[in-house]
Amino acid sequence: MLIIECPWCGKRDQSEFTAHGEAHIARPGDPYKLSDEEWGDYVFFRKNPKGLHYERWVHSHGCRRWFNVARCTITDHIYATYKPGDVRPEVEE
Amino acid sequence: MSTQVNRLGQGGRIDRNKPIRFWYDDKAYEGFSGDTLASALIANGVTLVGRSFKYHRPRGIYSAGPEEPNALVQLESGAYTEPNRRATEIQLYDGLHASSQNCWPSVGFDIGVVASWVSRVLPAGFYYKTFMWPSSLWMTYEKYIRRAAGLGKSPTDVDPDFYDKTYAHCDVLVIGGGPAGLQAACAAGRAGARVVLIDEKNEFGGALLSDTAQINDQSADRWVSERIAELQRMTEVRLLPRTTATGYYDYNFVVANERVNEHIGPNTAGKAVKERLWKIRAKQVVLATGGIERPLVFADNDRPGVMLASAIRSYINRYAVAPSRRITLFTNNDSAYRTAMDAKKAGIEVHIVDVRKDPQGALVQQTRELRIRIMEHSTITGIEYSRGRIRKVQVMEIDESGKGVTGQVQTIDCEVVGVSGGWTPTVHLFSQAKGRLKFVDEQHCFVPDRPWTNNPVSVAGSCGGSDQLNDCLAEGFDAGCSAAQAAGFDTGNLALDATSTDPVPGSPRPIWILPCDHPIGRGRKKHFHELHNDSTVGDIELAAREGFESVEHLKRYTTTGMGTDQGKTSSVNALAVMADIRNTTIQEVGTTTFRPPYTPLSFGSIVGHDRRELFMQRRKTPMHSWHDRNGAVYEDVGDWKRPRYFPNMGEDMHAAVQRECVSVRQNCGLLDATTLGKIDLQGKDSIRLLNMLYTNAWDQLAPGRCRYGLMLNEHGMVFDDGVTTCLGENHYHMTTTTGGAARVMNWIEEWLQTEWPDMEVYATSVTEQWAVAALSGPNAGKVLGKLTDHPLDERSMPFMTMAHADVAGIPARIFRISFTGELSFEINVPARYGLALWEALMEAGDENGLCPYGTETMHVLRAEKGFIIVGQDTDGTVTPMDLGMDWIVSRKKSDFLGRRSFSRADTSREGRKQLVGLLTEDPKFVIPEGAHVVENLRPSPPMEMLGHVSSSYMSPNVGRSIALALLKDGFNRKGQTLDVPLMDGSSQKVTVTDTVFLP
Amino acid sequence: MKRYSIFSLIRNAVSYHQNWQRAWRSPHPRKEYDVVIVGGGGHGLATAYYLAKECGITNVAVIEKGWLGGGNTGRNTTIVRSNYLWDESARLYEHAMKLWEGLSRDLNYNVMFSQRGLLHLAHNVHDLQEIGRRGNAIYLNDIDSEFLSPEQVRERVPFINLNCRYPVLGAVLQGRGGTARHDAVAWGYARAADDRGVDIIQNCEVTGFRIEHNTVQGVETTRGTIGAKKVGCVVAGHCSVLAEMAGFRLPIESFPLQALVSEPIKPILDCVVMSGSIHAYISQSDKGELVIGAGSDAYNSYSQRGGFDVIEETVGPVIELYPIFSRLKMLRQWGGIVDVTVDRSPIVSKTPVQNLYFNCGWGTGGFKATPGSGHVFAHSIARGEMHPIAQPFSINRFHSGALIDEGAAAAVAH
Repeated sequence: MLIIECPWCGKRDQSEFTAHGEAHIARPGDPYKLSDEEWGDYVFFRKNPKGLHYERWVHSHGCRRWFNVARCTITDHIYATYKPGDVRPEVEE
Repeated sequence: MSTQVNRLGQGGRIDRNKPIRFWYDDKAYEGFSGDTLASALIANGVTLVGRSFKYHRPRGIYSAGPEEPNALVQLESGAYTEPNRRATEIQLYDGLHASSQNCWPSVGFDIGVVASWVSRVLPAGFYYKTFMWPSSLWMTYEKYIRRAAGLGKSPTDVDPDFYDKTYAHCDVLVIGGGPAGLQAACAAGRAGARVVLIDEKNEFGGALLSDTAQINDQSADRWVSERIAELQRMTEVRLLPRTTATGYYDYNFVVANERVNEHIGPNTAGKAVKERLWKIRAKQVVLATGGIERPLVFADNDRPGVMLASAIRSYINRYAVAPSRRITLFTNNDSAYRTAMDAKKAGIEVHIVDVRKDPQGALVQQTRELRIRIMEHSTITGIEYSRGRIRKVQVMEIDESGKGVTGQVQTIDCEVVGVSGGWTPTVHLFSQAKGRLKFVDEQHCFVPDRPWTNNPVSVAGSCGGSDQLNDCLAEGFDAGCSAAQAAGFDTGNLALDATSTDPVPGSPRPIWILPCDHPIGRGRKKHFHELHNDSTVGDIELAAREGFESVEHLKRYTTTGMGTDQGKTSSVNALAVMADIRNTTIQEVGTTTFRPPYTPLSFGSIVGHDRRELFMQRRKTPMHSWHDRNGAVYEDVGDWKRPRYFPNMGEDMHAAVQRECVSVRQNCGLLDATTLGKIDLQGKDSIRLLNMLYTNAWDQLAPGRCRYGLMLNEHGMVFDDGVTTCLGENHYHMTTTTGGAARVMNWIEEWLQTEWPDMEVYATSVTEQWAVAALSGPNAGKVLGKLTDHPLDERSMPFMTMAHADVAGIPARIFRISFTGELSFEINVPARYGLALWEALMEAGDENGLCPYGTETMHVLRAEKGFIIVGQDTDGTVTPMDLGMDWIVSRKKSDFLGRRSFSRADTSREGRKQLVGLLTEDPKFVIPEGAHVVENLRPSPPMEMLGHVSSSYMSPNVGRSIALALLKDGFNRKGQTLDVPLMDGSSQKVTVTDTVFLP
Repeated sequence: MKRYSIFSLIRNAVSYHQNWQRAWRSPHPRKEYDVVIVGGGGHGLATAYYLAKECGITNVAVIEKGWLGGGNTGRNTTIVRSNYLWDESARLYEHAMKLWEGLSRDLNYNVMFSQRGLLHLAHNVHDLQEIGRRGNAIYLNDIDSEFLSPEQVRERVPFINLNCRYPVLGAVLQGRGGTARHDAVAWGYARAADDRGVDIIQNCEVTGFRIEHNTVQGVETTRGTIGAKKVGCVVAGHCSVLAEMAGFRLPIESFPLQALVSEPIKPILDCVVMSGSIHAYISQSDKGELVIGAGSDAYNSYSQRGGFDVIEETVGPVIELYPIFSRLKMLRQWGGIVDVTVDRSPIVSKTPVQNLYFNCGWGTGGFKATPGSGHVFAHSIARGEMHPIAQPFSINRFHSGALIDEGAAAAVAH
């Protein structure tokens, strides 16, 4: 039962949030230049690291804003949360 | 009624003025207020209380707490019954009924004991090695195995009790109300912190309630009462007795179960809460959970009458019962000596058998002074047991190696044996909190080492391995201060004000398997390391011999620690025995993972109020009361209750739906369409957004115009559809499917926020804000015309337009869109006017025979016109082209979500499943939805399937049955005759057609 | 291998069980093997067993970083069924089911496979359509399948609350479905594989792959380099980690999945009952515990634990459907790691690296496939060509779009 710091609302119980997987995946600017393989990679393939993970969460039962979280997938320790568009923070594992 | 033969004449925390009558196995007994069921049974001389899980060996009360492996009873009967309740945890109440379990016909004479006679062929894991021949008989073998297993019985009636659930937030949560916990709570409380103190027992004080120690030169009892009084005066402190912390989750989230009224008995049902689940977030946690005494593993150590030494002390001091007048204590450490002295003072004849050679220390010295016989360097090698009682114990000297015995057998007459193999700190919660444990050699146990970063927790008292009261008091104080400080409170003025001069115990001597005059694992005598599941040293040896060496294999193969006590008394002994056998250290063997809950947690409490009416909300539209009054039959769509049909007197669903279908097509009908998802879009980039979300082009949508769209995921598959209307400049009203409303809202927000933050679009869910009545049929205009001045004719209000107008005096949005293919007006009004609108429409339509209809009729009507239902005619594997809806896929737009996926190999191939119509050869036959179509019918399966029937109805307007199906290469099959084999062995011929049945 | 039977049990009882053999050896790794299987769970051990038994390849090692059977094999709710919607899935799981039916005899190890019947309940019209479609598909794939009315459901589960919040409208029954003893599956395969010469090496973690010219040559482990002509990875919960070591990514995310059991009680529930739409999965073990499958936490995690909220959300529907269980108690909750693909179907496939095979992505349902998965994987590795049943489960489907979407078909809309 995590406590997550929403960049807009502050620390809240995990039950207010929903996770949405890997962060920093940009939709290809011109999908039609991509091979089927590259397009499949974008749609389906995800980093699934054991350790530091940059991921997206949404404050679904709060401000409904999306943001990013740097979290360790082994311990569930949260290193940082930051707004979409912010540079991903370097963290020490 | 039996007399309380074992009740001591004085002392104890019982109220002798409040006798309590209770029944055990249908026999009446008497105990006192303050007793547990266990103490009351012991007071009445009841020694045999259960049968073991596997061998059905007779068992007695073993402990005085939650670690109890033996004394499990079926509490109460009927709807109030609960299996597997530990007699040591049940507070006695008037009229309590309990019975023994896992035995037949009675606990004294149990047929299941056969298992113990043949126990030699039933070693650990015997069932993996047999019951394989013949394989057809396994289910029969299994039936008997299942009957023999299990323990108590499940209730068969619905639980009449209430359960509550609540959150709590605090600065410092103290778990355990013994000396360390009370000190911690007082320190933190004095610093001004918001404190929650919980303890599993009915009274705070922990081990002190069973002790004769002194604190600050006064009795520990008195010190406890003063501390409780002090805590009660602090307004920021909450005291929760009878509350067990069962689980410790991440970020200091602790789940605790309060047994609110259980001690009063079952008569409160319906009036009061039985249990309350506390979900506590604490800034800091102090664990003062104490320790549990370890048994010694020796021959016949499961006999009724063998119990933990500390439990005997508890029964004497706290409950004023003497389990027997003749007790032998068997120990490897000093703590049993405390029991010896208290027993002696209570007039009990005591012998001590100590595995240590020449034990020293103040406690031993004091014991010697009381003239208690101590047999040093000795072990119990056997117990003479007959007619339900221990008669004698056999004692021999241990040899120099510690692995054998020597000399003559001596016997001691006694009925009860108190054992102490040292103490195991209760580290369950610490370990659940991801804290690291370390093994300390001096005390031979695992203690907390490092907590996990995000679970700020400290440990105080015997939970951390301390075995002296004075240390516990000091550690508790320190832990309370540091926790308060860490939570931001000043503790500068606080000073330790509780001390004790408890004697320093001497060193223990661990011998994990006590030697015997018979080879261990052979012959009659059994060395149990785990009482609950009947696991012996021989079983561990067998496991090791067969290669089940890892601690997890050991646990699973021998079932050690998997009983209802979760191995509270047995786990360290099992590890140590394995370490002994493998000739390694206990650290090397390691522990298994501690899993929640600490003690079993009732499902009722986990569920709390979320049951019956409150299990899951029923979403109802503003018109719901009208539907109720008019006999609607509902269907669940998501959380919504939607009218499925409105039967007239005597009609079944088929009759009602046929009537409704005809009414709508020939006259007019009214559907409650409120549940459709509605999203308000505003902002200058709304069109850009719509162009990305939907497959068709949205650039030319003028105010007041409506357009239908299909929404795809990036995989190119249809996942929602609906009509979006331009309400004005940069202002749109989007509708979604009922089930997809939340999903589409999330989808829009996700893209806007994470991918297109440059777009200026504001999306707001307005599903709940608007009530919608869909008026449909050739006479729809006539009916609506009575309620509005707005011109409704084709020229003033053509198809796919919207107008703002008053309807029945209510400001409304009228959408001329249609899901039935008839003239339709979907009238949206603010939700609070929904019922008024509906009633006005019904009244206005009365003379035209306006017919309310439900979702089932809606489904038939749309299918007659070949309109799809997303989620029924699509299943997440269907593209717009598969639906024959190429017309809605823009070729001009450069991009939209999902489009790129169309050109992939599998998505662009020929022969995909495509939506077609089906007509049965027999026009009266309605194919069951979900049936499959085949090209080559065979007399029996397997048959290759072309696809399935997604929608199928009897259509009164077409005058026959109609169906939609997703068939491989469906478009090229139009005109073909195929077969639909059914599960009853019959089949139906069908012809593939277009999807529009009623042009 | 000395065979197990009632006679061997009695014979050994005479000698106080002192003469039982080790169920499997504890060998040191050799320098090289024909095939190295990474992962000593049920699927990996089954693969090794069938390689040795049916493919004539006995120079095989199974490498396990912890103790065998310690991953999802020992953490699941032990349900076995083959009633899948899509033909591809039905073939795979039915292949497994047929192997289950003779498994105890084949392995000479009682895996307690109990075909006590398995019900899927329908709670709304959409569910009825879904079970209708699935039930018919299963029937036409020649797998047993039977529709039950609510009354027939009540005959099997007399205490069920048919008129609960989402009333029971019907069910589909697979009579051959049921449960098995999960640990015994790992142990039985291990013993039988070991008997055929397979080296089972526990406490040996793979730290990397030796790859030359895009062809796998062996694995680096905490116990040294082990050469291999072919390597098969079957590591539920860690396949993404291994794929990364081999230089590619998978369309997989790992989530915590929890389960829980009640205290043991005398027999009361005689079949497995699953309610997908309200999420209540329950059966009763031979030991008497009610075994309840919980949901998964919705964020990636390798922690093998989950939140209490998931437990609350799991128990709620169970009590709504079976209100008589309210006074029973949760004895233990635990977690595993499930590797979930987008289409909720597994990957049994070649990889971008030659001679390196992956078998992963079984999500919440890998246990039931154990024998079938091992069997087709063994044949694929041995032949260097994917077994026909495994072919549709190629990793390439995520590029071509040919998903086998077991998840989408059950999704709700309208």
